[in-house]
Amino acid sequence: MDFAIGEDRQMLADTMKRFFAKEFDWEKRLKVIETEHGFDRAMWGTLAELGVLGALFPEDAGGFGGSAFDIGTVFGEVGRVIATGPYLGTLMAGRLLAAAGENEVLESVIAGEKLLTFAHEPAYDAESGDTRDVSASKSGDGWTLDGAKGVVEYVGAADLVVVTAETGEGVRAFLVETGSDSVEVIDYKLVDGGSGGELRLSGASAKELSAVTDEAIEAAKAAGVVALAWEGVSVMDELRDQTLEYMRTRKQFGVPIGKFQALQHRMATLALEIEQARSAAINAAAHFDKPERDRFGAAAKYTVARVGNLAAEEAIQIHGGIGMTWELPLSHFAKRMVMLGHVLGDEDEHLARYIELMRAA
Amino acid sequence: MNLEYTPEEEAFREEVRAFLKDKLPQRLSDKVRTGKRLTKADMEEWHAILNEQGWLAPHWPEKYGGTDWSVMQKFIFETELAQAHAPRVVPFGLSMLAPVLIKYGTQEQCEHYLPRILDGTDWWCQGYSEPGAGSDLASLKTSAVREGDHYVVNGQKTWTTLGQYADWIFCLVRTDSSGKKQEGISFLLIDMETPGIEVRPIKLLDGDEEVNEVFFSDVKVPVENLVGEENKGWTYAKYLLTYERTNIAGIGASMAALEQLKEVARTTKRGGTPLIEDPLFAQRLARLEIDLENMKTTNLRVLDAAGKGGAPVAESSMLKIRGTEIRQEIGGLMRRAAGRYAQPFVSESLDEGYNGAPVGPEWTGPVSSQYFNNRKLSIFGGSNEVQREIITKAILEL
Ligand SMILES: Cc1cc2nc3c(=O)[nH]c(=O)nc-3n(C[C@H](O)[C@H](O)[C@H](O)COP(=O)(O)OP(=O)(O)OC[C@H]3O[C@@H](n4cnc5c(N)ncnc54)[C@H](O)[C@@H]3O)c2cc1C
Repeated sequence: MDFAIGEDRQMLADTMKRFFAKEFDWEKRLKVIETEHGFDRAMWGTLAELGVLGALFPEDAGGFGGSAFDIGTVFGEVGRVIATGPYLGTLMAGRLLAAAGENEVLESVIAGEKLLTFAHEPAYDAESGDTRDVSASKSGDGWTLDGAKGVVEYVGAADLVVVTAETGEGVRAFLVETGSDSVEVIDYKLVDGGSGGELRLSGASAKELSAVTDEAIEAAKAAGVVALAWEGVSVMDELRDQTLEYMRTRKQFGVPIGKFQALQHRMATLALEIEQARSAAINAAAHFDKPERDRFGAAAKYTVARVGNLAAEEAIQIHGGIGMTWELPLSHFAKRMVMLGHVLGDEDEHLARYIELMRAA
Repeated sequence: MNLEYTPEEEAFREEVRAFLKDKLPQRLSDKVRTGKRLTKADMEEWHAILNEQGWLAPHWPEKYGGTDWSVMQKFIFETELAQAHAPRVVPFGLSMLAPVLIKYGTQEQCEHYLPRILDGTDWWCQGYSEPGAGSDLASLKTSAVREGDHYVVNGQKTWTTLGQYADWIFCLVRTDSSGKKQEGISFLLIDMETPGIEVRPIKLLDGDEEVNEVFFSDVKVPVENLVGEENKGWTYAKYLLTYERTNIAGIGASMAALEQLKEVARTTKRGGTPLIEDPLFAQRLARLEIDLENMKTTNLRVLDAAGKGGAPVAESSMLKIRGTEIRQEIGGLMRRAAGRYAQPFVSESLDEGYNGAPVGPEWTGPVSSQYFNNRKLSIFGGSNEVQREIITKAILEL
């Protein structure tokens, strides 16, 4: 048994910590989220140079990491400062590029030259009141895609999008370049300060990512689940620490509010729950290459979403009015925390998935 | 025991419904139903319509323009308005200041201020909280020093809801710091136009500006603007807070919001099936509905007791706690129901006349900002922790 993260990963974490401390202070974040795409493209390039993106992929795909614990390390640091940017899209789409042996494209992503994201979930279609997805059809040597994807993170800034589409013989993944008339993007800001968009394809030419099967798509999503679990735990840590600090300093009735037992016990419960969430995230990473991957992934996503909501709500409540202000970083952490639960399936969906897998086991 | 409406109550309900059908502008109910921002003019428009009907202040005595409605009628009125998606009546003048003036103010004050509240001449805001005095309200520091026929006010109020629109502010000020902190507080009415007052907006986490800081430097307030006696303001403040609390519980609003949530659950599909058939979501929904049904009766029991002259202190705190929890949970479930479409935030889409490209089902537009904004419900009007303190004090008798 060894719960140490390992020397290389510790170095990576330290590098990210130093970088964010220097280049991404709170003022900077507030400015960045007001920009069009809600993240700093230049900073993304520097992070790539520091090897942060490479750490998400294995060596044979041009990276230098790629294990679940590497992924967890990167996203843990992202969560600590609630950095905005296409981290998750890069991870999931990049894993599919790697699975397809598209090393050249992936290298340009890892180097920070090309911005990549992942379009998997169908879009809401106002006309039918239902969802609308993308389908692929063969045209000559290549493929064309038609349809729509919804809430695609940072798609407005992306150069490349990995799009999943029904081919008639199952769902496959395709690489699409943005910028042409057949690729329409309606982008918008997200609650947590980043950006996303609706992707509408009408006869967009696409390259099939050969050898990418259902299982590869599931594996990419599983990597995303590990990432979000680790990110979530860091956000919770911040929510807890900022709240404890406030409890030590805010005085009412002549004493720090941390002296009130009613609040003390709630923070004790929260601290306990966060440790459980941390263990869930570790479990998910530890089983990533094992047959129980999805069961532990579902367990982690469920736990982190549930505890995350608790952390966000308690943190705001215990701060009182000040916890609701834009000015206080805490409220931004709370928003990020709650929104993480809306990515790749929420608490209930993952609990239902867990039940299904538990029954099958 | 009988929980049925009497024929008279049934008839009253029909009367309220007919009025709403006739007089509530569709433009306003659409805005409320779809979670759009209400402007000052919107709120004033609705106040004027209610006032025209004589229903703007049903809880006031008839001689000041109120009604003789029973507790049950007031409840029916509140729930019908909420279910028709009428804008909420702005409470500061009507439900907070007015009861204090009626109980503790002079004849002149009532005759001067109450009609102006009804006809919309004066928009009031509540100046209780200060940066250092939130839950511990009695430790407030904003001072009023008597100089001839004026008080000179210095200090700062904060979290003043809609203070940016206000013509007047009712304030708790310190007029004596020698004894117990509760005993040196006075209740003062201040014209926002007086020199020395500055209002600065506070941006909340959803990006909106609904609260403010209000600064006072050497603000001269005529002594006749004192309500009741000097240094007795704490008594009046507490009286007002019980009014504020039951108001915040918002049963009618919850009933309307739950209907909307159920409609969403019936029509929104996840993985091919409607959410209401999802066992986990259905469970959340059922628990909520059960809690609200229970709450409706608890609420009526409390109102009934209050109507018979009781002072249900613990119970009014119970209503505040559970009422706000229910409202928060409804918002939470709307957010959950939105799935990944809870994430987009197109602020402009919450304003009237927006015709940008739709993103996700229309009802998802405001769900996340409402969820976060609703955090305030358990913080203001005396936080839910403070309410629990009140309940334990009342029941434990230690
Ligand atoms: C959106 C919004 C609108 C508002 N509008 C108005 C307004 O119009 N006018 C106005 O005057 N005020 C207004 N308020 C202020 C509101 O009444 C205060 O925020 C509230 O009283 C809590 O005070 P505080 O924010 O200073 O928190 P604090 O009093 O500092 O409390 C911090 C935390 O400590 C807890 N706590 C405090 N004391 C105890 C205790 N003894 N035991 C256990 N826990 C305790 C609280 O419950 C809270 O969780 C508004 C607030 C908000 C958020």
